[in-house]
Amino acid sequence: MENNAFYVALSLLLSLDASLIQIVALSLQVSLLAVLIAAVLGFPLGAAVALWRFPGRGAVVVMLNALMGLPPVVAGLMVYLLLSRAGPLGEWGLLFTPGAMVIAQVVLVLPILAALSRQKVEEMLGEYREQFVSLGMSRARMMPTLLWDARFALLTVLLAGFGRASAEVGAVMMVGGNIDGVTRVMTTAIVLETGKGNLPLALGLGIVLLTLVMLINAGAYLVGELSRRRTG
Amino acid sequence: MTSLNAPYFYKSILLPPPALSFQGVAFHHEEKTLLGPCSFTLDGPGPTLVMGPNGAGKSLLLRLAHGLLSPTQGRIIWSDEGTPRQAMVFQQPVLLRRSAVANLRHALAVNSVPRRARAKLALDALERFGLAASAHKPARVLSGGQQQRLALARAWVLSPQVLFLDEPTSALDPAAIKAVEAAVLDFHQRGTRIVMTTHDLHQARRLAGDVLFLSGGKVREHTAADAFFSKPVSREAQAFVSGELVE
Repeated sequence: MENNAFYVALSLLLSLDASLIQIVALSLQVSLLAVLIAAVLGFPLGAAVALWRFPGRGAVVVMLNALMGLPPVVAGLMVYLLLSRAGPLGEWGLLFTPGAMVIAQVVLVLPILAALSRQKVEEMLGEYREQFVSLGMSRARMMPTLLWDARFALLTVLLAGFGRASAEVGAVMMVGGNIDGVTRVMTTAIVLETGKGNLPLALGLGIVLLTLVMLINAGAYLVGELSRRRTG
Repeated sequence: MTSLNAPYFYKSILLPPPALSFQGVAFHHEEKTLLGPCSFTLDGPGPTLVMGPNGAGKSLLLRLAHGLLSPTQGRIIWSDEGTPRQAMVFQQPVLLRRSAVANLRHALAVNSVPRRARAKLALDALERFGLAASAHKPARVLSGGQQQRLALARAWVLSPQVLFLDEPTSALDPAAIKAVEAAVLDFHQRGTRIVMTTHDLHQARRLAGDVLFLSGGKVREHTAADAFFSKPVSREAQAFVSGELVE
């Protein structure tokens, strides 16, 4: 019984094993901060692309949509090159720190938030446009109104972004280095521990990650229900 | 387009509302003439009812007058300097995904009414339009009639000098129609110039001071309501008033 990996994983979880807690905490910190930064930049960017007409707008829309599927290892490589000693931002000394992991995840999540919010805001603008013009609103004034009115949709978008950030392994592995106690997060730890044959810890982390993904989806569902009831 | 510098413009309401002139205004789209060229002046007491069969260009005329569209030819001129404060109520009210009172506060906010004045103005307007009990309900779950009253309340808080209404009752039941018509007359009595489209002759008889009759994208006549309903001049209007189907 004690040799059963699943059993050991559960006991690690239930005893709140220190190294496991530390890994989970760092994962949440990195991904939440990355999503927060991506939202502050991405939502206004998406709304701006929806609101303004400018040369090359079509290219921007296509690029944002395409970057939603950016492979994490490519994002990791880009950030690695930027932050490596010889790179343009090498002086910051961020490579193999949680800061580098946040940057890599921002690169991954930002296009998702911008592209999806652009879509939502544009839909809503189609419905609101005449009323806005009637009220004498400038495009810049329309932006906060649209972002607030799309709040439920954007919350779902935010959860999608967080799901992407917390589940990816390639980018954080490359720029974080999976250093024990410093940059080891759930996904990189699972890869490492599985490789070492330490299945209980890998499985325990897997359970936490899966639970997190379930919670995110439950959250998205509840937000959808709430918005239907609140806004009709 | 409309700027509302002073929220407390009730004084200005005592002045006669600004007159609206169309001078050879036409609107083309993809080489087709959808409206005009037409010339007329709305300077009477009103309310002005814009009538005509479907596709005559009534909504288009309203959108041009309100500035939602620009004419491809001709000029639209107001008697006042610049453009007057104006609002529009649409056939299908466009309400924000917020509470009823938040919809009004938003309209006041975008018109630079100071924050501390907004709540009271908004609640007073809801009270006037019989929506006080629904103030904190999400606007978009209100009934059709309540939504249209909320749209009227939103126009009311802006104290427009001119109010455009595009078939505001066509989707409503009789009780709701009555409430909207009463509100239109409230605006009229407050000195707002009313320009409203309808295809309902009975409604026009109840509300109109003068009638602007359109068919086929042309203004066929512009006469006082009494004259229009008793002896319309144009052949199209004669047919319309006598209940024939007009192209």
